[in-house]
Amino acid sequence: MRTELYFAFRNRKVVGGFAVILAFLLLGLIAPLFTDHGPNDYVGPPAAPPSGEYWFGTTTFGQDIFLQFANGLRSTFLVGLLGGGIAAIVGMTIGFVAGYRGGIVDEALNMLTNIVLVLPALAVLIILHTYIGIKSVPAQALFIGLFSWPWVARAVRAQTLSLRSREFVDLARLSGLRPLTIIRREIAPNMSSYLLLTFILLFGGSVLFAATLDFIGLGPTESISLGLMMNNAVQWSALHLGLWWWFVPPGLGITAIVGALYVMNVGLDEVFNPKLREM
Amino acid sequence: MHRYFGRKSLIYLLTFIVAVTLNWLIPRFMPGDPVLRMLTRSSVSNPESLAPMREYYENVFGLDVPLWQQYLNYWSELLQGNMGISVWLFPAPVTGVILKAVPYTLALLIPSILLSWVAGNKVGALAARRKWLDNTVLPLGYVLTATPYMWLGILLAWSLGIVMGIFPIAGGYSFALRPSFTVGFIANAFTHWFLPFLSLFLVAFGGWAIGMRNLIIYELEADYANYLEALGTPRKLIRRYAFRNAMLPQLTGLALQLGVLVAGALVTEIVFAYPGLGYLILQAIQNQDFFLLQGVFLFIVIGVLLANFIIDIIYVLVDPRTRTGLQGGTA
Repeated sequence: MRTELYFAFRNRKVVGGFAVILAFLLLGLIAPLFTDHGPNDYVGPPAAPPSGEYWFGTTTFGQDIFLQFANGLRSTFLVGLLGGGIAAIVGMTIGFVAGYRGGIVDEALNMLTNIVLVLPALAVLIILHTYIGIKSVPAQALFIGLFSWPWVARAVRAQTLSLRSREFVDLARLSGLRPLTIIRREIAPNMSSYLLLTFILLFGGSVLFAATLDFIGLGPTESISLGLMMNNAVQWSALHLGLWWWFVPPGLGITAIVGALYVMNVGLDEVFNPKLREM
Repeated sequence: MHRYFGRKSLIYLLTFIVAVTLNWLIPRFMPGDPVLRMLTRSSVSNPESLAPMREYYENVFGLDVPLWQQYLNYWSELLQGNMGISVWLFPAPVTGVILKAVPYTLALLIPSILLSWVAGNKVGALAARRKWLDNTVLPLGYVLTATPYMWLGILLAWSLGIVMGIFPIAGGYSFALRPSFTVGFIANAFTHWFLPFLSLFLVAFGGWAIGMRNLIIYELEADYANYLEALGTPRKLIRRYAFRNAMLPQLTGLALQLGVLVAGALVTEIVFAYPGLGYLILQAIQNQDFFLLQGVFLFIVIGVLLANFIIDIIYVLVDPRTRTGLQGGTA
């Protein structure tokens, strides 16, 4: 663990990616505290370009874009954390059980995994969102998580399958440990680094999913998000009016966060896998 | 090989059944009453006329028979190609509306998927183990693959469409024209097609390039590559072997990415008001046209399943192990 931390702090990709994410997270957490206005309040002159007072300018209705951006970051991190977390938990559970139990359980879970895998997730989410009418970010994250786990389950199953027949697992079984304990104490720690990388990828995937849904206009109705900002910008023809400060920040924010996650992922891979380390 | 295809077909068939069942299930068992919502939308003030209207709608939706029969009816209607009547373009049948939009979506998807896959693989393979190229391709690839499709679309539409005025930014062709097979129309449609295509191509390209680069590096460190190098094989030949081996995971990756690519096409179409399936989805949502929305959903599922099947066939052609029943078929 300590060697990993040592290499993590020396890895430029990990440190750089982490710094970007931390910066956005702090911005999202802190910036909205300094104002009494909500993100959708009409506070300034309409369609004003970025200035000292309104850092990112204002919308055609006079909403402060910086404020919307900072609040949108909160939704982005929330949906990434929850959506990625739910997908990771479901995928790991199914992968562990299928890989460890084998037999008919494995067959059934594998079939389920393959079905959800080929089912185009966004199309299902569109149908679900339209009929249910998502109101909050956690609800959106729940649905995203429920449809983005299959590749995790597949990978975890494959690794569990190969770990299951190792001697130390046999030993644990002989000493009478229960299957759940074996999975938790013997199998999962052996792939903990892989699970962390998986969660990072799921986090990024959830953020992109949520942005897509918000952009179509199916996002949470009760809060602002980066995808919704882009939706508003396009809907109120910011492109034709030349209000570039309306649609550039939200997309840039998503790209920076997801890109930083990917880069951090590569860096962590180098940290955990000595073969990949640059000496 | 038969086992391989048999298994794959079974999965696709089950997926289709699940999709249809979901499609039937969601409107009926979700909170909220679509019939009631339609009634409120038509805002009838007279309570006496509400009852016959409700009866009419329930009849149209086929809600007046037991559930199991509704389910069977749904299947039989579906297999006859009947997906209901569009509310938005009343009284056009949903199937017709969708069939008119499908060519536009395919015209975007097929070239962008194929070209980005081919170009991404080539560039990624070139970048592996070449310092200066790697240092440009890798960061660019990460930025592109992290970009939300619609944002790149918006940026392209704004910069190349509005600021520089090179390309039109809305519609599938100019409103002054009628679809026909003339040079003028095709040229016009091409200029409308180019920007959505470009944004789809660029985002997908980044992902493939990174994937290929990593796979080639992995392959070049494999035992067979080291062995060939020790024998004094030209580097070019070793790289070619590595490339061919790396193609297989990339092909599997293509199958896995299909859903994401289709999703990207949908939002890109919305940005450019391109008259494909994505545009239909937006209209269906805004007009509460549930039949149309569900029809589009089924079409997307069918399309993705067909594409998966085609990739499976290609996989068998390029990977001899699947033909001889050895390992590799599970990928």
